[in-house]
Amino acid sequence: MSNWAQAAPALSAAFLGGFVECVEAFTIVLAAASVRGWRVALTGAGAGVAALAALVATLGPLFTRIPLHALQGVVGVMLLLFGLRWLRKAILRAAGFIALHDETRAFARESEALRAHGQGADFVAGLAAFKGVLLEGVEVVFIVLAVGAGDGLLGPASLGALAAGLLVVALGASLRRPLSRVPENTMKLAVGVMLSAFGAFWTGEGLGVVWPGDDLAIPALAALFLAFAALASRALPRLAQTSA
Amino acid sequence: MSAIAAIVREIWGLFVDDGSLAAGCLALTGALAAARYADLLSPPLAGLALVAGLLALLAENLRRSARRLKRRR
Repeated sequence: MSNWAQAAPALSAAFLGGFVECVEAFTIVLAAASVRGWRVALTGAGAGVAALAALVATLGPLFTRIPLHALQGVVGVMLLLFGLRWLRKAILRAAGFIALHDETRAFARESEALRAHGQGADFVAGLAAFKGVLLEGVEVVFIVLAVGAGDGLLGPASLGALAAGLLVVALGASLRRPLSRVPENTMKLAVGVMLSAFGAFWTGEGLGVVWPGDDLAIPALAALFLAFAALASRALPRLAQTSA
Repeated sequence: MSAIAAIVREIWGLFVDDGSLAAGCLALTGALAAARYADLLSPPLAGLALVAGLLALLAENLRRSARRLKRRR
């Protein structure tokens, strides 16, 4: 049984990552529902959930067959690629170089694209809901597996993602509009920081590094990535000015 | 078929957004793994080099991306 200090980073990373991805998936499903009705949108979303469940049922058992050391190395590098991508975008957003993510705008864009289809519009809307749920869901599954599989923390990580999914469904069902008041950009920065910290930790373990404090090195690495993000988002506008 | 291709493209995009950052990250971890395998680097130094290398890669990528995005405006 893992203790709270070990489980908290995995649970919070999975919750935050899951929440952000579920909000984005909900926006797409809502757009499909607003254009072609809830039946079409929920059919597509349901098919997406089923495809996701099939993917987890197929790939999940494979993870248990990979030796832990190899798993940590492979998952670590994949997490680094995944986490640094989130962190890079979040820093560029915070520094004002790319637009902040806005669910209301995303909803309007998606709805407009779906309205443009005449014939077969139901199929296209259903497919959009399917794709949205499947793709955002794949990210959630990857986050859960990556932060949980390396150290036997799949339980807390799954719990975090499940709580996030249920919260988004509850909020979405009661509001029936895009969840644009969610501080998505800040949450994305936090997810980028957490995933990069997990990625560095597992990659290091794969390289044979014995981190000081063992699992407590994960919050310490997260603090380092967060400090870097804060510094970089402040310095970047000036750096771009002077080196342009 | 195009829907499947789009899904595959998007899954690839989960890991690779800016190719140079992904390539740099893979090169760094590959070089460190080779150095560890050949016993050229102690575990603590490998950890230090990994973290410092990642921050350096990210800093350089951000600087380049910011310049490119500023020029585009």
